[in-house]
Amino acid sequence: MQHEVVFAGFGGQGIMLAGQILAYSAMEEGFNVVWLPSYGPEMRGGTANCSVVISDRPVASPIVPRPGTAVVMNNPSMERFGPAVKPGGCLLVNSSLVNLKCDRSDVKTILIPANQMAIDLGSGKAANMIVLGAYVGATGAVSFDVLTSFVRKKFASKPQFVELNVKALTAGRDLAAAAVRGGN
Amino acid sequence: MGERLLMKGNEAIGEAAILAGCRAYFCYPITPQTEVAEYLARRMPEVGGVFLQGESEVAVGYMLFGAAAGGSKVFTTSSSPGVSLLAEAMSYLAAAELPVVIGNVMRNGPGLGGILPAQADYFQATKGGGHGDYRCLVLAPASVQEAVDMMLLAFAKAEEYRVPVLLLADGMIGQMMEPVEFPVFAEPPSRYTSGHEEWATTGARGRGQHLVKTLFLNPDAAWAHNLKLKAKYDRIEANEVRYEAVDTQGEMDVLIVSFGTMARVCRTAMETLQDKGLKVGMIRPISLYPFPAQAIREAASRSRLVVSVELSMGQMVEDVDRAVQGKAPVRWYGKAGGLVPVPDDVSAAILGMVEG
Repeated sequence: MQHEVVFAGFGGQGIMLAGQILAYSAMEEGFNVVWLPSYGPEMRGGTANCSVVISDRPVASPIVPRPGTAVVMNNPSMERFGPAVKPGGCLLVNSSLVNLKCDRSDVKTILIPANQMAIDLGSGKAANMIVLGAYVGATGAVSFDVLTSFVRKKFASKPQFVELNVKALTAGRDLAAAAVRGGN
Repeated sequence: MGERLLMKGNEAIGEAAILAGCRAYFCYPITPQTEVAEYLARRMPEVGGVFLQGESEVAVGYMLFGAAAGGSKVFTTSSSPGVSLLAEAMSYLAAAELPVVIGNVMRNGPGLGGILPAQADYFQATKGGGHGDYRCLVLAPASVQEAVDMMLLAFAKAEEYRVPVLLLADGMIGQMMEPVEFPVFAEPPSRYTSGHEEWATTGARGRGQHLVKTLFLNPDAAWAHNLKLKAKYDRIEANEVRYEAVDTQGEMDVLIVSFGTMARVCRTAMETLQDKGLKVGMIRPISLYPFPAQAIREAASRSRLVVSVELSMGQMVEDVDRAVQGKAPVRWYGKAGGLVPVPDDVSAAILGMVEG
């Protein structure tokens, strides 16, 4: 079993944190995991991405040229990572900000209005948790229970964020799981 | 072992230094190793240690010299251009037989180059960098856990041989997060180098003078010092060779030699090549000096081709060629400039060599 995912978007969208929370959860579940950030000369508002490899074997190459899943939070990320997803893989698109279309028929595309869903829950900042929940809902890479209990632990000192984040993860998970079941 | 933590390589390297007993860290910030400095700026005061940022890496080199001469376990980290500035002091540290640990989280060069991962400081690390006849023990980790284990080994070996030890990591190792476990010691290691009472400049009251120096104007004395250092490097070459061999039994079509992150990429490329029916093995040097020449020569004698895969324009390949001694053709594959070949690049290049 090996899951490879790239999270990509603007600096400030919580891309790196989403990948780290996934990596921590995978570790808690006993998997081998590598989290690798892009660390070019980045700046706030520029593009940022990180990749996570989750495996039941030792992770060989930490570099993921053809991820099984790409989570794209803005148009530049769609341009870069839409074509990179492995055939048969999954493309999770933040449709609140991405208006570029991906015309690939060999990957499953799931549209997630992440910013709007997060705003509806009380804070647009939780868009990263919406797509993280969606990733786990679409792929089952880690257990959703492990993910939420890690988030409860991680934000224990900021209880005001715990419920919002768990709600966001759940909303994302439900949307993606329905999309996978519905086959749309 | 302690609990399993998810840590960035740079931060884990910093924590490992503290675990090894080091309480004196000097540095000058440079990407992609600055998280070591950031981490130790917070941690050193917590454990009663010293964190000091120098005005440059040149100054840092002599902060290491001074603190090590006083008997302290000392540590610095930098990245390629900064290590060039440390190189002068490394020659002096080696000459003065001072135990220090230096981490180089390599970025692409030459010159300022860029901040992305590279292994192009191989020559500098293994062949000198500074002037004169000296060697550093050079250890190259391929994972965050191995970086931690190597840091503990680095402090132990620096102390045992009284030499500078280089931890040579590529930028990827510094930046990636992986699960890591730190060993738990019943007795925390001392912040002082064991045996330093015999040679360190700790104050001469009640004993004879200790002299830590590198100037030998008398040629006979200089020659004797060179012979003393050479005997030490001979012992290191005899006792400190470390490597990992993967699938190197029997006859092989290709033997890969690769270290650090590049070796992990090769590990995935090997599976692709093996699926195509090729017999592919790999030797991953863990110590770059001393180089695992004998193991490579022995495996090369059973292989049709040897390929050195590096994040450089072909540096380690010279040592591989020297090790193989004509027992098989030796080729190089790699990328530089901060580009990291993906597994398919490596398998395609090797397939081309086999079929070509």
